[in-house]
Amino acid sequence: MTDSIIKVVGLTKIYNHTVLAVDHISFEVNRGEIFGLLGPNGAGKSTTIGMLNTLLKPTEGTALIDGIDVTKEPSNVRKIIGVVPQEYTADEDLTGWENVMLIADFYGISRDISRQRAKELLEMVGLTEASKRKVETYSGGMRRRLELAMGLINKPKVLFLDEPTLGLDVQTRTAIWEHIRKLKSEYNMTILVTTHYLEEADEFCDRIAIIDRGKIVKADTPENLKKGVGGDIITIQLTKDGKDVDQALKGIQGVTEVKNNGDGLITLKVIDGGAVAPAIIKAFTQMNLNVTRLTLARPTMDEVYMTYTGRNLREEQATSEETFTMRRTMRTARS
Amino acid sequence: MDEKGINSGPLHGLWAVTNRELKKWYKEPFIFIISLVQPIIWIGLFGKAMNLGEIFSAGSLNIPGLDLPKQIIDSLSQEILKSTFGTTNYFSFLAVGMLSFIVLFSAMSSGMTIVWDRRLGFLNKMLTTPLSRGNVIMGKVLSSVIKALVQAVIVLLIAVLLGLTFSAQFTVFSLAITFFALFLLAMGLSSLFIMLAIRSTRWETQMAIMNLLNLPLLFASNAFYPVKFMPYWLKPIVMVNPLTYANNVARAMLIGVTPTASVAFSVLYLVGFAAIFSFIGIFLSWKYISS
Repeated sequence: MTDSIIKVVGLTKIYNHTVLAVDHISFEVNRGEIFGLLGPNGAGKSTTIGMLNTLLKPTEGTALIDGIDVTKEPSNVRKIIGVVPQEYTADEDLTGWENVMLIADFYGISRDISRQRAKELLEMVGLTEASKRKVETYSGGMRRRLELAMGLINKPKVLFLDEPTLGLDVQTRTAIWEHIRKLKSEYNMTILVTTHYLEEADEFCDRIAIIDRGKIVKADTPENLKKGVGGDIITIQLTKDGKDVDQALKGIQGVTEVKNNGDGLITLKVIDGGAVAPAIIKAFTQMNLNVTRLTLARPTMDEVYMTYTGRNLREEQATSEETFTMRRTMRTARS
Repeated sequence: MDEKGINSGPLHGLWAVTNRELKKWYKEPFIFIISLVQPIIWIGLFGKAMNLGEIFSAGSLNIPGLDLPKQIIDSLSQEILKSTFGTTNYFSFLAVGMLSFIVLFSAMSSGMTIVWDRRLGFLNKMLTTPLSRGNVIMGKVLSSVIKALVQAVIVLLIAVLLGLTFSAQFTVFSLAITFFALFLLAMGLSSLFIMLAIRSTRWETQMAIMNLLNLPLLFASNAFYPVKFMPYWLKPIVMVNPLTYANNVARAMLIGVTPTASVAFSVLYLVGFAAIFSFIGIFLSWKYISS
């Protein structure tokens, strides 16, 4: 039996009695798991996280974090969760160290413990040197790492990460994910993360829930999600046009879809391509057709995403990065 | 439920919130100094440039044809000032009024910090920690009160340097009562302006509210001139304005002006003002700080 630490039952949020942002979603997250929420802008990811971290009151339904009800005992939930929001929330006028200590005070952690922890956390995210400087001098990556340290000061059982790598360069993104992985392996921390980057979700999440229009359309391991799209894609090049092969191909165990334009290029959707490929070649040999090339492609998260939401996430990335830039500009305007 | 070394008492984090605001203030001496300039300019312009004492003296007042002795004019003008302001020294009258002025302006800006915290996500960050919602607000109020009182102390010191004369009965006790009144005023006003900002996401709105309220609140009080010569329609407004009561107390205590309402009543009025608004502030913050 798996031990679930987050249990969401029929969670619903309606804004201003009209806008249905999250529509009766239910899911469970296992202890020690990195669970990804994937979905287009406005799908309800941030609203879901907001309800789980007690910032928003659910209109209907509820959620249990380690057995504590977010609607009935929000203040007890707050003690065991850590939140790293999408925005950079650190106070720019204070130093990195002061920011971490400030959050520690919000949790009521006594000074001797919090000093030790703040030191360790800043060390872990590589900000020991910079921690004496004001946050306004930090780069985007440094700010994000500081947010991570701030979110971990209470040693949370569950960490919520909302778009932790948004707007960062590839190198920094990888570094952030390395930290997240370390948390999982060293502290058995459960991490609920939203992300726009499909390849990140694929690589780092144990399970992914695809959320669209306020509903979870699919939740599974990245592996199963990709399998579920219809498996792998095999492309075959023949020397002849091969018009009458469809029937024979469909008869092969594991082939789910055949696309044949009659020009010698055949595309197949198959389950477990590696195992099916030899049978396909054998079938062509029996039909006296020469295969000149066979390529096997595994489906990417892009295809998974496309299949379940009918949208291409990459087109949407631009807009979210624009929003991000706007936020930064505003922040600069302030100082 | 509580781990060792975790304080989850109802007041935990209150000082952290307060100190965060104060740090931003005392670490930026420039902002600190700028905030003091305004009341000092007013003291200079109204208290020194508009020199009422000089205007009513024998040098400038002379009625042709009536060869009134200088002594008569002088004592007459002294009487006019005395009956108008309760003291012959308008500068002292005004300088003490400036104490509530600086408290008002300082408290007004307290609403701005919560708007910024909301916009930059810091407020949300605070709300996901076990910090009590009431403390989020009270920390802001408290920091604003401390700022206001420190500024009032500096304004008072400058006024003394520029010639404020205390009454003969002045003691440390009078000073304590004055600052207690200013404390209550700051508490009520800060709560009020934070309350107005609690759901706001636009600092422009907050600025507009500040600009709408600051001068009317100031001029519809006895900060510049006494209540008794005001038109009948203005008097009721002045008599509910908490600034009036803070000025009453400060003037009675520091320069010995007999107040329109007794010191005891004025202090009580301010206690009520502070209590009601800080209570409503905390109540609303529980209810409306998040959606």
